[in-house]
Amino acid sequence: MSLSQAFFAIVVRDLLLAFRRRAEAANPLLFFVLAVTLFPLAVGAQPHLLQAIAPGVIWVAALLAALLSLESLFRSDFEDGSLEQLLLCPHALPVLILGKISAHWLVTGAPLLVVAPLLALFLGLPQQAMATLWLSLLLGTPLLSLIGAIGVALTVGLRRGGMILSLLVLPLYVPVLIFASSAVDRAAGGLPAAAQLDVLAAMLFFGVVLAPLPAAAALRMSVN
Amino acid sequence: MAFFPASWTRFFHQTASPPYFYALASKLSPWLGGICLALLAAGLYGGLYLAPPDYQQGDSYRIIYVHVPAAWMSLFVYVLMAVMGGIALIWRMKLAEVMLISSAPIGAGFTFIALVTGSLWGKPMWGAWWVWDARLTSELILLFLYLGVISLYGAIEDKRNAARAVSILALVGVVNIPIIHYSVEWWNTLHQGPTVTKLDKPSIHISMLTPLLLMALAFKFYYALAVLQNAKLELLRRESGAQWVKNLLGAKT
Repeated sequence: MSLSQAFFAIVVRDLLLAFRRRAEAANPLLFFVLAVTLFPLAVGAQPHLLQAIAPGVIWVAALLAALLSLESLFRSDFEDGSLEQLLLCPHALPVLILGKISAHWLVTGAPLLVVAPLLALFLGLPQQAMATLWLSLLLGTPLLSLIGAIGVALTVGLRRGGMILSLLVLPLYVPVLIFASSAVDRAAGGLPAAAQLDVLAAMLFFGVVLAPLPAAAALRMSVN
Repeated sequence: MAFFPASWTRFFHQTASPPYFYALASKLSPWLGGICLALLAAGLYGGLYLAPPDYQQGDSYRIIYVHVPAAWMSLFVYVLMAVMGGIALIWRMKLAEVMLISSAPIGAGFTFIALVTGSLWGKPMWGAWWVWDARLTSELILLFLYLGVISLYGAIEDKRNAARAVSILALVGVVNIPIIHYSVEWWNTLHQGPTVTKLDKPSIHISMLTPLLLMALAFKFYYALAVLQNAKLELLRRESGAQWVKNLLGAKT
């Protein structure tokens, strides 16, 4: 089996597993919608206020939804032993992990792209910012899965890794949050946001290349 | 190892052996402590007494003599931790792991001091205890990175494994620190621009600069002293079954 076949085999396997557990896979999406719904209830429903905080609210909710779903990236594989099989594979581990991350993003990150414009509409985000919001999520959410994979790989062997996971991962999410929400903010104000999106794209490419390496090293440590 | 002459590698391996390092650290500690105290006294005298008051900020600028060295050290210690992490991962050197984990609480302490003094300084200057200024914010995130390292090390039972995990985390963190720093800087800034790092012509008078550099050196020596003490304890804890620890403890009781 070649490396690319192994990569796609892992993607297909993880997607199939997620499909078999559909209810579980829908959780991050529900969380995303619920978290955004809480904000108008908490800060009041004045349209101009909601419009001003919409980019931040949507991005913080997306970030927390990604954080919530991270555990599922390696947890069940770690518990049933298939993670050890993955480590014993003759193929380059970082590429296989990239496969797992891609499948994870398709299950937990991609659905956010579908609902986000709807939520943005509820919050009164101006029309001209929709495309930017969508692009920022398209570039940003895979990055959340990539960075998060390092954190999960470090904590998967721990019984109560959840709190530590958020402490490890959230500081690293800060640049994504800053560039993504400011891109949407600028677009909402009618300003060009290409620079922010370019930076996000650059970070994404770096992430795809670099993030699987420490994740692989950390997984070897965790399974050891 | 072909990069280095043989005598260097011998020195390296000798220093890295726990009993030798323990003895060396014990021998160095009084010297480090003495130099640290002398520099601290000179720096404080120069900074709090000799240096003139600032033409704009009056005497309240004098907190710079604690704030800036602590902020420098907070970054310096993290970078050093990442270097130790790299050494620990590549050469599996036990001492590098010990130094890495011994540095973390000290670095977190420096970061905390920088945050508290920054907030104290901010009250008279900006009129608020806390502002979402770029450098304060990235310092806060740095504190979270330190706390992440400390709690991850504490959470993993097997300490050799924990040290590897922490090494990876420190390396990931050090790649991210500049990204975080510049993204936050670009996001918002209120902090006064750097006054010392403009190497060609610092915008700070020499009578104010000298005590600042003395204090920075004093902080460095303090860190060296503190990290050696921490490392000694960590070594004793890890090697409690080894013969040299038994000999040492036997000799003392």
